[in-house]
Amino acid sequence: MNASAQYTLYHPKWYRRHVSVWWWLKTWSYTKFVLRELTSVSVAYFAVVALWQVRSLACCAEAYTRFLRLMESPFFLAINLIALIFVLFHALTWFHLAPRAMVFRLGSRRLPDKLVVGMNYIAWIVLSALIAWIMLRG
Amino acid sequence: MPKTKTPFLWTLFSVGGTIAALLYPVHMLLQGLAIPLGWVAPPGYDTLVSLVRHPLARLYLFVFIAFPLFHGAHRFRYTLYDGLKLKHLTTLIAVLCYGSALIGTILAAYTLWSL
Repeated sequence: MNASAQYTLYHPKWYRRHVSVWWWLKTWSYTKFVLRELTSVSVAYFAVVALWQVRSLACCAEAYTRFLRLMESPFFLAINLIALIFVLFHALTWFHLAPRAMVFRLGSRRLPDKLVVGMNYIAWIVLSALIAWIMLRG
Repeated sequence: MPKTKTPFLWTLFSVGGTIAALLYPVHMLLQGLAIPLGWVAPPGYDTLVSLVRHPLARLYLFVFIAFPLFHGAHRFRYTLYDGLKLKHLTTLIAVLCYGSALIGTILAAYTLWSL
């Protein structure tokens, strides 16, 4: 190193082991981690679809019909199915991580992890039923 | 990204993640599969418009769209860093991810406001 060596964000190492871009495919727990992180794409995708549907409603009946027709195409049906599977994976992992990310207390007692996870599932079922009822009651 | 912004972004991430976990599956099942496949009849245009115009529904839809966009942006940002080893493109990736989420949020706010 010479005298004018600048401070860098990363410590300069003389020898670095090369790690492949596919490092996460070798071990199942790493693969699961990356798949879980990739659920972000499905979440963002559906947020855009929802925005698109709202925009079609804001425009006119024709735009809404066009939106419905487009969702019926095999391409979007396939994408929607894949996205739903990923989002379900996100939901299940999210519910099970909740007690580890945050401590829930009742008075001075910490709620058991299983109870927190269970409450997530109950909230999920109740909200899903409520939303389906609101949307489909006609 | 300065360190001070991290807790704020993390809050958006966790609120968005909770919304996506609790509310997205049923909406995706209905709007993405059940309605297009004809398992259930789609709500008519007038019914849906009058439903969506309700102030609570507008608020619901704004939260429904905006927070998960930031959740997705935050998580995707780290997926790119770790999964594709793109640590050296930190600023560019952060600007693109949060920038798209912000554009979507503004568009959602505008659309829901003027509906």
